[in-house]
Amino acid sequence: MMAVRKKMLEQEPSEIEMLLPWHAAGTLNARDARRIDEALARDPELAKQYAAIREEYAETIHLNESLGAPSARAVQKLFAAIDGEPARKPSASLNISVRVAEFFASLSPRTLAWSASLGALALLLQAGVIGAVLMKDQTAPFQTASLSTSEPATRALGPEAPPRALVRFAPDARVADITALLDSYQASIVDGAKGGMFRLQFGNRAMAKDEIASLMSKLQNEKIVSLAVATP
Amino acid sequence: MSATQAASDDVLIARIAQGDRLAMQVLYGRHHVRVFRFGLRLVRDEQVAEDLISEVFLDVWRQAGKFEGRSAVSTWLLAITRFKALSALRRRKDVELDDEAANAIEDSSDDPEVAVQKKDTSEALRKCLTALSPEHREIVDLVYYHEKSVEEVAEIVGIPENTVKTRLFYARKKLADLLKAAGIERGWP
Repeated sequence: MMAVRKKMLEQEPSEIEMLLPWHAAGTLNARDARRIDEALARDPELAKQYAAIREEYAETIHLNESLGAPSARAVQKLFAAIDGEPARKPSASLNISVRVAEFFASLSPRTLAWSASLGALALLLQAGVIGAVLMKDQTAPFQTASLSTSEPATRALGPEAPPRALVRFAPDARVADITALLDSYQASIVDGAKGGMFRLQFGNRAMAKDEIASLMSKLQNEKIVSLAVATP
Repeated sequence: MSATQAASDDVLIARIAQGDRLAMQVLYGRHHVRVFRFGLRLVRDEQVAEDLISEVFLDVWRQAGKFEGRSAVSTWLLAITRFKALSALRRRKDVELDDEAANAIEDSSDDPEVAVQKKDTSEALRKCLTALSPEHREIVDLVYYHEKSVEEVAEIVGIPENTVKTRLFYARKKLADLLKAAGIERGWP
C-alpha cells in the first residue's frame, strides 16, 4: 500500500488533486467544486489528503492572523508622502464605466428594483411603438397567407385591391355634401388634397374593369364632383 | 471578498484618481493589514514591511488613474506589494533569496522538532509553514489566507495558471517533508 502511494506521488499529480487547496479555501467555481466533492466521496486516499489540506489551511490563517498589524507610523508616512505629491485637478475624463458603477453603487436596492421595473416597462412600450409604426408604414397591399377566422382566406394583391380614384370636388361643395357622397359610395379619403384633388378608395373589395368604369361615370355625374379619374 | 466590496473598491480607486484623500483613507483602512501581512511574510522584517505598505499605497495614489479594473483591487494591491517586497529584498545586502538563507533567518523560537516535543502539531505545522522557501510561502499565503483563485495568483506572481497549481502542490509536498523530518505523519503523502 505504501509503495503504491509512493508511486502515485512520484507521478504527476492529477488536476483534482491540485485543485484541492482552492476547494478548501472555497474559491473554486461551482462546476469544479462539484467535481471535487464527487471525487472526494469515492476516493478515501484523496479524502485523507484533503483532511491534511484543511489543517494546512487553518494553520496558515492562524499564522497570518498572529502577525499583527502595522503601527500608525505607516499611515502617517503615507499621508505625509501624499501631501508632498503635486496637487491633482479633478479630471473630467473619469472612466465612464466607473461613473456608471459609482452611480449604481449609490442607489439603494429598492431604487434599483424600481429602476429595473421601469426599464422593462419602457422596453415594452418601445416595442409597441415600433410595432405600430411598422404596421402604419406598411403600404404594400399584401397580407400574409395565415388563416384568419374573420376574413376570407384570400390574399389581396395589387390588381385585386379596391378601386381608387382622384376626385376634384366643385368649388361650392359643402362638407356635408361631400360626407354624404362618401357615405353613399362607401368611399374614404386615402390621400389629402394635392392640387385640389383627393384620392378616394371605394369599398373594400376589388372590382372588374367595367364596374370601375360605371362607378367613375356615376361619380362624374354627381353635382359636387367636377372631375373623377380612376387610378391604380 | 464580496462582489459588493470589489465594486466599491473600484469606486474608491476612481475617487483616488481624482485626488480624494478620504477615499484613500477608506481603501487603506480596508486593505492595509492584509497588505502588511503579505509583505511581512515576504520580507520578514516589520520595519521593512511597514515601509513597504506606505510605498504600496503611495503607488496606488499615483497610479489610480491607470487602474483599468481588469482584476480586483485587492489582487492589484498584492501584486504591487510583491513587486515592492522583492525589490526591498534585493536592496538588502544581508538577505539572499535562496531557500537556505530564507531558512537561516527564521525567528529564534522553537524549531519544528522542539515544537513536536511539546506535542503541539499545530504549532509545528506553523513552524514548517514559516520554513518554506519564499516562493512556496507566498503561494500558500495567497491561496489559503488571501483566498485568491488560480487566475488571481497567476496574475500576482506572474506565472502561468498550470504553474500556480503545480507550485502549490510541491509547496505542500515540501511542507509534508518538513513535518515528516520533525516526526509528524499526517497520512499524506
